[in-house]
Amino acid sequence: MEESLVDWSRAQFALTAIYHFLFVPLTLGLSFIIAIMETIYVKTGQEKYKKMTKFWMTLFAINFAIGVATGIIMEFEFGTNWANYSWFVGDIFGAPLAIEGILAFFMESTFFAVMFFGWDKVSKGFHLLSTWLVAIGSNLSAFWILVANGWMQYPVGMKFNIDTVRNEMVNFWDVALSPVAISKFLHTVGSGYVIGALFVVGISAWYLLKKREVAFAKSSMLVGATFGLIVSIFLALSGDESAHQVALKQPVKLAAMEGLYEGKEAASIVAIGVLNSKKTIDNNEKTFHFELEIPYALSLLSYHNSNAFVPGLKDLVYGNEKYNIESAKEKILKGKIALEAFKQYKKYIKEGNTKKANDAKFVLESYINYFGYGYLTEPKDIIPPISLTFYSFHLMVTLGGWFILLFAVVLFLLLKKDITKQRFWLYASMYSIPLGYIAAEAGWIVAEVGRQPWAIQDLMPVGIAATNIATANVQITFWLFAILFTALLIAELKIMAKQIKIGPNGGH
Amino acid sequence: MFENLTYLQLQQYWWIIISLLGGLFAFMMFIQGGQTLLGKISQGDETLKTMLINSLGRKWELGFTTLVLFGGALFAAFPLFYSTSFGGAYWVWMGILFCFILQAVSYEFRTKPNNFFGQKTYEIFLYINGSLGVFLLGVAIATFFSGSEFYIDERNFSYWQNSLRGLEALSNPFNVLLGISLLFLVRISAAMYFINNIDNILIKKRSINSIKIDMIVFLVFFLNFLYMLFTRSGFSYDKNAHIFIEKYKYLNNFIDMPFVGLLFILGIILVIISVFNTVEKQKSCCIKTGGVGIVLTVMALFLNVGFNGTSYYPSLYNLQSSLTIENSSGSEYTLVVMSYVSLMVPFVIAYIAYAWFQMDKVKITKEEIMSKDAHNY
Repeated sequence: MEESLVDWSRAQFALTAIYHFLFVPLTLGLSFIIAIMETIYVKTGQEKYKKMTKFWMTLFAINFAIGVATGIIMEFEFGTNWANYSWFVGDIFGAPLAIEGILAFFMESTFFAVMFFGWDKVSKGFHLLSTWLVAIGSNLSAFWILVANGWMQYPVGMKFNIDTVRNEMVNFWDVALSPVAISKFLHTVGSGYVIGALFVVGISAWYLLKKREVAFAKSSMLVGATFGLIVSIFLALSGDESAHQVALKQPVKLAAMEGLYEGKEAASIVAIGVLNSKKTIDNNEKTFHFELEIPYALSLLSYHNSNAFVPGLKDLVYGNEKYNIESAKEKILKGKIALEAFKQYKKYIKEGNTKKANDAKFVLESYINYFGYGYLTEPKDIIPPISLTFYSFHLMVTLGGWFILLFAVVLFLLLKKDITKQRFWLYASMYSIPLGYIAAEAGWIVAEVGRQPWAIQDLMPVGIAATNIATANVQITFWLFAILFTALLIAELKIMAKQIKIGPNGGH
Repeated sequence: MFENLTYLQLQQYWWIIISLLGGLFAFMMFIQGGQTLLGKISQGDETLKTMLINSLGRKWELGFTTLVLFGGALFAAFPLFYSTSFGGAYWVWMGILFCFILQAVSYEFRTKPNNFFGQKTYEIFLYINGSLGVFLLGVAIATFFSGSEFYIDERNFSYWQNSLRGLEALSNPFNVLLGISLLFLVRISAAMYFINNIDNILIKKRSINSIKIDMIVFLVFFLNFLYMLFTRSGFSYDKNAHIFIEKYKYLNNFIDMPFVGLLFILGIILVIISVFNTVEKQKSCCIKTGGVGIVLTVMALFLNVGFNGTSYYPSLYNLQSSLTIENSSGSEYTLVVMSYVSLMVPFVIAYIAYAWFQMDKVKITKEEIMSKDAHNY
């Protein structure tokens, strides 16, 4: 397949995913914050909480619509742009998507209407239930999508069927409860909750800086910061588990995240570092121009053992006998044997030679775990873009730390001091809204760029996953989507800004 | 329970579900139909237009969700169709997707202050989604009968053989007939929905007038479509999965499967009854009868093209590459798992019905729309 086609297909999917992920996290986080606010309203009966709920709900709706719009593109892009992939994994990947539709998306969309238009039409209790069901539905939806994504990172619960030439599910629970899927889900929704909290705290801070809606802003900030502190600590813990899973299942990604070329025992983590762009796997240039390390931390983080050996890119590409790490070259050779066996099987089946076909099948099944490597041309192909993965990871972690500090300080100032006088922290809260998005997108880059060249880890490289189509078609749709999404994003930002300016009292 | 079914029975079960979803989606497209009627029924009265948009807007997500579920179910149950059609008929599906993106944002953004494009643009978006989106969907579905030019290799990777990548379907009058029929059908159901959901004399009167004209146009195109369908040859397969052309295949399917034929006739009769009752007896509840009719009609068409040894996605380039429910489905295990999940569908329908009932107990009125506290689209 043409390299440019694959690159454009990747670019198009990345564009859609990045835009989609600008809207979804806020939906995930804000839905719970709104539900909490409405619960307080129903419990206390205080009208100010109803007003608060309605205000944040309006912003939620503006964001929700565009999140749904970009979401449908993603679902269908698996077919339009990744047709070969769709067949190869459809038996497994399609199931979570369908379950998402049945169990989550309908819940979300049914009760969304009740949540917005049912204030005076249904009872308080049913309305509150609807608000919670929208939040639960949104998060369930995320769960099934991340189960599908988790399977791409760590394919389990399936068996390759040589006759249909695809992976077929043999254990649903292995797929749905895969440790990678669970840790991805927890970490991703956690990032959404933090963005929701940053959004509420940041906008409330703006009101306080403008000396508008002070009581409303303080109350909103209290809910937002409390929720934010809890979920940002949870995010750090789920991030730790995520990294542990990456170490176990995707060691190449971990090495790229840390810029680790040579494997080490008792490996340090690079807290801050500037990568040397001249460094490659084959030269002796130093890896960093500058780095600040935390001793033992990488081994501890990766394997929960401060002395554990963490393989570097060289070990993973060229192999390391001492630690029983197979080289990529050997894996490619085995992959080619698997591919050849597949071709032979098809040939013998056509000829009606069952015995030879079964022999070929046996060979293929013995080497099936290397199937995807057969499509690679050289060992270095298994290395993802290192600097992008490294910087994205470190940016995400640094910002994660900042969010914990911010929420803790804001909460302290709200409860113990007069926060309206703390202009630095109010500005910091406001400017942290975009930082939340940057951290979430960086996390997505680590997860997706870090697993290149694989569409499905070890089984299918992106090079053969794409649709067989002229590159020009994909280029045109890429630009059409880019223009449309950008225009819609601008529209959303302008509407949001205006609604915030109008405020909870409708500008009065 | 589902483990006891044969692989073929599971494949048939899933085709029935796909058919049902197709029918439900066609019904839910009254939202799209309504979007094409906004100007005609409101006739420049902004309050009426807001009432119409709010009536549709409170349901738009369910239509959208049904499309997502339809796509997801096809992906899981018939992945070879998913990869062949979506990757092959690229431009038709991309066109449909573009139309649907426009819909999603339009309701929420249209009347919001500082909305960047202006109110009219979002109304044009709604019109594009309602007309072009529905028409293209009709064309795409018609290719289930008329076929497409693709080839499937030994790895089950598909190769489209026409550089127009799906747009060639527009040159086939049969496909166009279904596209236009669907467009007018959803306009009819939309008008019936407005009558049911909004308490306003003008809207009712204009909706009835709209149904009268749209029904005539619909009948002209749909009867032509049916004539072409029943007189055309279809794509059959035998026990060895060998595909061959059979004369009057789709007519024969209705005869061979009388239950499906009856479903089809019953569906059409229900649509006609609902139109008659709306226009002649001025009843306001006919969206329900008409809705059931649409679901049954569309479902019967899907069953016709999927069962009785019929290839539901024929290849005009290489007949033996044609897709059947047997050669394009998910594995037996996946279909069993998905079948258990499908048991949730009645519960989903029940809570949707309950939520709708709660919301629609009181019809939309001018007073509600003009209320200061209302969350309006």
